[in-house]
Amino acid sequence: MNTVNPVEASETSIAKIDPDQVKVDVRGLNFFYGKTQALKTVSVAIARNQVTALIGPSGCGKSTLLRTLNRMYALYPGQRAEGEILLDGENVLGAGVDLAKLRARVGMVFQKPTPFPMSIYDNVAFGVRLYENLSKPDMDARVEEALTRAALWGEVKDNLKGPGLGLSGGQQQRLCVARGVAVRPEVLLLDEPTSALDPISSAKLEETVTQLKADHTIIIVTHNLGQAARVSDYTGFMYLGTLVEFGKTDEVFTHPATRKTSDYITGRFG
Amino acid sequence: MADAALPTASRTARRSAPRGALMAKVFEGLCFAAATALLASLGGLVVSLIIGGWPALSKFGFGFLTTATWNPVTDVYGAAGPIVGTLVTAALALSISLPIAGGVAFFLTELCPAPLRRPIGTSVELLAGIPSIVYGMWGLFVFAPIFSKYVQLPLMTAARPGSLLEAMTSGIPNGSGILPASIILAIMILPFMAATLRELLLSVPPGVRESAYGLGATTAEVVLSVTLPYVRTGAIGAVMLGLGRALGETMAVTFIIGNSHNFPKSLFDSGSTIASTIANEFTEATSPIHTAALIALGLVLFLITFTVLGLARLMLRLQGSQS
Amino acid sequence: MNAGKLMRRKISDLAFKVFCVTVTFLALMALAAILWSLLSQGLGGLNLDVFTKSTPAPGSPGGLANAIVGSLMMCVLAMVMALTIGVLAGTWLAEYGGRSAYGAVVRFLNDVLLSAPSILVGLFVYELLVAPFHGFSGFAGAVALALLAVPVITRTTEDVLLLQASTLREAGVALGAPLSYVIQQVLWRSARAGLLTGSLLAFARISGETAPLLFTALNNQFFSLDLRHPTANLPVVIFNYALSAYDDWRRLAWAGALLIAATVLLVTVVARIVAKEQRHS
Repeated sequence: MNTVNPVEASETSIAKIDPDQVKVDVRGLNFFYGKTQALKTVSVAIARNQVTALIGPSGCGKSTLLRTLNRMYALYPGQRAEGEILLDGENVLGAGVDLAKLRARVGMVFQKPTPFPMSIYDNVAFGVRLYENLSKPDMDARVEEALTRAALWGEVKDNLKGPGLGLSGGQQQRLCVARGVAVRPEVLLLDEPTSALDPISSAKLEETVTQLKADHTIIIVTHNLGQAARVSDYTGFMYLGTLVEFGKTDEVFTHPATRKTSDYITGRFG
Repeated sequence: MADAALPTASRTARRSAPRGALMAKVFEGLCFAAATALLASLGGLVVSLIIGGWPALSKFGFGFLTTATWNPVTDVYGAAGPIVGTLVTAALALSISLPIAGGVAFFLTELCPAPLRRPIGTSVELLAGIPSIVYGMWGLFVFAPIFSKYVQLPLMTAARPGSLLEAMTSGIPNGSGILPASIILAIMILPFMAATLRELLLSVPPGVRESAYGLGATTAEVVLSVTLPYVRTGAIGAVMLGLGRALGETMAVTFIIGNSHNFPKSLFDSGSTIASTIANEFTEATSPIHTAALIALGLVLFLITFTVLGLARLMLRLQGSQS
Repeated sequence: MNAGKLMRRKISDLAFKVFCVTVTFLALMALAAILWSLLSQGLGGLNLDVFTKSTPAPGSPGGLANAIVGSLMMCVLAMVMALTIGVLAGTWLAEYGGRSAYGAVVRFLNDVLLSAPSILVGLFVYELLVAPFHGFSGFAGAVALALLAVPVITRTTEDVLLLQASTLREAGVALGAPLSYVIQQVLWRSARAGLLTGSLLAFARISGETAPLLFTALNNQFFSLDLRHPTANLPVVIFNYALSAYDDWRRLAWAGALLIAATVLLVTVVARIVAKEQRHS
């Protein structure tokens, strides 16, 4: 009964965040794939050094929202965003923004592991080499640091010259996390990072995420409600291109403010 | 909470433009230039054929296409002989090759015992890559004597004077001529067409095939009324690609067609195609108008093949977007 | 069930099967006959002289060394040119402009060029490089061969780049790398087996081409490494010698034909193995 009703503005509940804590401020964001509108006036503030989870049924726009934050959609003609996304007060959607620099500040890890066809070491160093001229020892240190933070160092430290594609799926995904954090982005976007992984690898990755928030603002899209509850501080529930509810994770899960959210969380649709 | 942000800020590297940023525009420009060069080369090809052939086209006018006198001594050129030779050999080659290629493709997809499927399929594909000059040499040295002895001579002696058969088989029984050239062409395009048809048939979703068999259809019925129609557009495209090859082929034909510029009168009469005429005469052309006439022939060949190949690609693309 | 109808259907099915088996047998026989002639006639003419001596006057001993070297030089030069243009053009189609109207035109004309008669390419290069400079040259031959290889390489480059997962492209870009850098460092690398296959197939295609060399590279009786002058090459030597009246020239022609066919088959087989390795990894 709930599946096709568009969401009324009055049915939404968006918690505000202390302005000092805001890292990313999305204001009135609309997104279009050609003529199809995928996001409808989404406004939300994301807190610094916290994990924010985006949940909702398939096609609700949560991945789309993620892909606007680093303007990944700009690779494809016909996709466009309207509104404002302020990263530390600077509009990401502005015309003069250098996309490469933006993406170095806002890193991303994808649904399926995407190791590059090169060694583990070179995978991690790939992004760093773009922006910094590090000496060999400095680079070694940076690679070790990134792999450690992604909880992969112990498993690969004797095999850094081995191919990234030779790792298991879970290791590949943590390699991608290491590759992302090696660039030292301020924001890290995770697009269903565990959906292709087995439960043990997923658990390891979740642990990594929790540790990473000390240094990064993390936004994670997930289908797995348990995962959202375990790793995130804030949760946003999206439905049909609208952000229906946003708030502290424990509040959203224990006392959802809207009917739609409670239906979704209790498994009535999705 | 500002203190929580501090370590992040200090850990974050200062961003300058990334490595390779300068090269980005240059690289995209290079790629674009290469794509344009490709376009320009085809344009250049057409323009050079028009410019080079113009003296002959303007001198002989429309008669260049319709008259069959090709005389380098008096410098009078009419291309009807080679043009008709091209069209006739290609059409004959296709009508010989098509049923055989179809049979091979059906055999490989429906009838072939599993262990033989790959070896035969692979060898057909490999043979599609053998240079055409090999087919030409084989035609001249191996095929022509056999053809002359076992096909041409018996037919000519069997033909009653004045009968249609006599008219069709007149000529010098040396194993070269229009029909032998067509047969060699047919053998040459056979592996290519068979391989392409096979690939198309393999692209039919298994469910379609299986449900046809499931209704109790025989192999012939499944192939002819279900899978072949399923890839119809692509099959026509593949056939036209084969036709395009036959039309433009030089080496497989030049060895065995007999190289006479007359209008071919029978299946065993010697003749010429556009490509064989150019191959034989271009470096020996003495007068500028002879060279121009040969280039004009090239232009005619281009127009014929461009039409056929263009249609073929459109067909294949349509098929591609369907499946 | 109508028994008569069923019988008719069974008979036509049988006829169809018999036809398919027969023509396949015939086709394989014909192709086997060609390979057999090639081997039996070509092996007899193959000896060390073929690789060490240059093309002879009729009646004197000689080989194909000048033609083999000339063919190799022209093919290699042609591949260098064709790879440069083809990989860049294919990359443009796959990564930059493929969706535009201009991209559609380029792709369509590339497909047409892919199977355009090679003799016309020869005429074009004659008009472009031979006639204006009053001389046949190995360089002109290489350009003609390159023009035949470019469409093949463009096509395979576009195809293999489009096969790469779009997430790989996004992952590179997400690290803050310019798209051009991602293409060169990640996508080309990840597509290299496919690119290698395409190049090998293009090489196989041009190494046997005769028609475009007839009036570009022409021929040269002597051994020469200078591509500014007419250059000996296997296909044209085979063509001339096969049509000659001398038995020793014809033997050399068969030996040359065997060499070319063996090269093409070998390169094609290697290309297929590379392609298979790619699929497995």
